[in-house]
Amino acid sequence: MERVPVLKIGDILLVSIQIDMEDQVTLQLQEDLADRIVATGCHGVIIDISALDIVDSFVGRTLATIASISRVLDAETVVVGMRPAVAITLVELGLSLPGIRTALNVDLGMELLAAGRAENGETEADDTDEPAVTTP
Amino acid sequence: MTGGAVERIAVASDQDVVRVRQLVRTVAVAVKLSLVDQTKLVTAASELARNTLVYGGGGTVEVTRVENGRRSGIRIVFADDGPGIPDLDLALTDGYTTGGGLGLGLSGARRLVDEFDIDTAVGRGTTISVTKWCR
Repeated sequence: MERVPVLKIGDILLVSIQIDMEDQVTLQLQEDLADRIVATGCHGVIIDISALDIVDSFVGRTLATIASISRVLDAETVVVGMRPAVAITLVELGLSLPGIRTALNVDLGMELLAAGRAENGETEADDTDEPAVTTP
Repeated sequence: MTGGAVERIAVASDQDVVRVRQLVRTVAVAVKLSLVDQTKLVTAASELARNTLVYGGGGTVEVTRVENGRRSGIRIVFADDGPGIPDLDLALTDGYTTGGGLGLGLSGARRLVDEFDIDTAVGRGTTISVTKWCR
């Protein structure tokens, strides 16, 4: 079975779905992401679906589930790169992905996550435990 | 309405659902459906092929290029010998599911195509035929 890679970039986990996923692969991604969020302590997840030419109800539901799981694990999920035809089809299908934050591309997704963190009053640049610089 | 060559896929696993999507996409491009209509048809096919697998216990999908004089299109027939659908009106209601899904597969797929026919009887299986025409 193929597997979708989960990349860690700074405080963000990035997933770029490049294959037509079997249902089992979709579910595996859900598990892998939950594991990686806990293992890395990342606070943001970006799922890039720009290569997907369809999102059906199964994939849509899984994206919503991933967003919920992430939130419970203290990470925000942003789905980025949805094609216009996919958006039109999803809404007609009856799936408007409530509870999922979206952005047009990875850059904007990262901005959205950064803005969300800042809003929460978290100055977690300190997260990296850098020693305080003291000047004599 | 006249039909062209029929391509058939046996649906017995997740992988076959992916193959159905790929075949439908190929034919939709060949028939020159618009990009949005290709996307709608492939999405509908994905929903219905998954139903054939999950609820029908597997079956077959046939994809045919069709013509009705001035327009060309695609007809897809999903057939299974599964348990059938006892209450069709209920099954076609948004949000109704017996399988733990969202209940949008059947009702949503119907909205995404131009023609939608369903033939089902308890104990006899289900056959669903959908058609999408070029605009």
